[in-house]
Amino acid sequence: MHEHEPNDWKKYVIVLFITSTIFISGLWLSNYLSNKKIDQLKNIEDKISVDLMSSETQFSLLQELSCKDVSTTVLSSELNSLADKITFSENNMGNDDSNVVSLKKYYSLLEIKDYLLMKKITERCGQKSIFILYFYKNDKCDACTKQGYVLTSLREKYPNLRVYSFDYNLDLSSIKAMTSIYKVSDNLPAIVINGKVYNGFKTIEEIEKTFPELETIKKPEDTEVKKSIPVKKKPVITTESTVAPIIESINKN
Amino acid sequence: MSLVYTIIFYMFSFISVYVQIFFLLTFLEKRHSIVKNPKNLELARYPTVTIAVPCYNEKDTIVKTVESLLSLDYPKDKITIFLIDDGSKDQTWEILQSFDNGKNVRAFHKENGGKHTALNLALKKYTSEFFGCLDADSFVNDQALKRIIKYFELDPKTMAVAPSIVVYNPKNILQSAQKVEYDMAIYTKKMLGFMGGIHVTPGPFSIFRRKVFDDLGNYHKAHNTEDQEIALRMQEHKYKIDHCPDAFVYTNTPNSVIKLYRQRLRWIYGFIKNLIDYRRLLFRKKHGAVALFTLPSGIVSIFGVIFLSLTVVINIIKFIFTKVIQIQTIGFSSLFHLGYKFEWFFINTKAALFLSIILYILVIISVLIGRKMSEGKVTFSISILYFIIIYSVIAPFWMLRAIYNAMISKESSWTFERRVVKN
Repeated sequence: MHEHEPNDWKKYVIVLFITSTIFISGLWLSNYLSNKKIDQLKNIEDKISVDLMSSETQFSLLQELSCKDVSTTVLSSELNSLADKITFSENNMGNDDSNVVSLKKYYSLLEIKDYLLMKKITERCGQKSIFILYFYKNDKCDACTKQGYVLTSLREKYPNLRVYSFDYNLDLSSIKAMTSIYKVSDNLPAIVINGKVYNGFKTIEEIEKTFPELETIKKPEDTEVKKSIPVKKKPVITTESTVAPIIESINKN
Repeated sequence: MSLVYTIIFYMFSFISVYVQIFFLLTFLEKRHSIVKNPKNLELARYPTVTIAVPCYNEKDTIVKTVESLLSLDYPKDKITIFLIDDGSKDQTWEILQSFDNGKNVRAFHKENGGKHTALNLALKKYTSEFFGCLDADSFVNDQALKRIIKYFELDPKTMAVAPSIVVYNPKNILQSAQKVEYDMAIYTKKMLGFMGGIHVTPGPFSIFRRKVFDDLGNYHKAHNTEDQEIALRMQEHKYKIDHCPDAFVYTNTPNSVIKLYRQRLRWIYGFIKNLIDYRRLLFRKKHGAVALFTLPSGIVSIFGVIFLSLTVVINIIKFIFTKVIQIQTIGFSSLFHLGYKFEWFFINTKAALFLSIILYILVIISVLIGRKMSEGKVTFSISILYFIIIYSVIAPFWMLRAIYNAMISKESSWTFERRVVKN
């Protein structure tokens, strides 16, 4: 019928070659798509950067004019979605992937700029907004994970609450400047509200108790939260309610 | 840790893909050599054959088994049937006696001693040129014997021929899943046959030349998998084993998870123990494909399945753990979060995913080729999905248990399994 070919080395080698080709293709495809994703993130960050700069410029130009002319926070939802994507990439590609680290740095800078700008606008235009700066670390910090859940949940409850999250260990001078300004120690998680530092895990109730003014920006009963995105460690910022009236006024004009 | 994990994952999936590609390449290369026997196949000579049927508590299936042997399309004076009751506790012995005609069907009774002792009793008494065994839970197609003997006729060096085992009348999802597995085995077995790498001559209707037992001796207990041991013994002595894809044997398969579990526990346990007994064969070039291919890939598949399943279990535990923490921290509202929006960005594009998909595709191709070989046509059915899902979930259990049992040398007995399977 047929002869055995127990020692057909050629075939073992050919199969090895085919299998290796399949493997390399798989790895290449995965790498290609990862790069696509990184590119997409870079594009989003660039766009946000341009938007931020435009808002800053607009704000400076229109200092003399009324608040309703300032369009600042078109980028809010983009920052939201960016945070999700960065978290996803962190989980998939690792915390120490150089692309992820650089995207995180960029993201953190954008957050800081947004924070500074929003603070100015809030002060000048009398918006009711509360800012939380949240410092976490990725390694060996279960409390940070929990704090992330708490802040995400709070953000849903109080849409005008703006949470900016920063990786304490990210090698970025601006973050280091912030931690030294607010004297944030490495006892994480830490949150900074109205310039005051609170170390260690804080429950929703504790935060609400410490900041009764949160009540003033509570979500109206009839307003549905448009989206709720649980994030492992980085709660994302939202500005929908802050932005809405401003954008509305712009549209009217 | 994750680096170690990644390396192990790639290693297992590389070997699995390698094995599947090897089969596929063999198939493409040899597909025209797969002999299709004509309906009215005739042999140049009809040699004498003895078929032994070892029985333990088989009253429900034995009649069909014996009747199928009696209806074989083969000269009646050339076949002898030995029905051996291995100390059954039911009416098996009475039924066997009713078939005994004092000529070509003989019934023997002995104290219970295990399947190998029943077969050895038959080996002591047989006088024919060929010897085969048929498990009492199976029955044969009337053309099976002729087609198998044809293989011996065509190649005098062929020492044993294994049949194609088909699941008889699958009634539930579990049996349908097993049918898919058996269909795939028809293909892989034939490919191993081409390579000279068959490591089992299955209990249902493998036929041997007399020379095998004359030279190599009787069946061994072999951890209740004597059909694996005899094949490995033959491979060690370079006795050629082939596979006849169109010699069909129909077998009753376990109809519940626990029965399947017991059967597979015995098989895998036997595989591991026989592998340990025959470890001298491993990676020895002179022992051919069984040493370089079949046994190593068997080892890899056991550990691969366990590894992948543990990964899934660990991920599920992690997920539950995260959810519990979430609920503890912010209450039950967290359960209603749907997570990420659906966007291509959030689709997993890890290489592991692509490799798993490729592996599944290769497995499905194997099943389809097996079906083509057994049924003559390629049919895609939902049972392929049952097979993949059910086996992914339950196979790790019997594999882990078999490894554990092998470490503490706890054998699962044939008779015990029989009792469970049959009653």
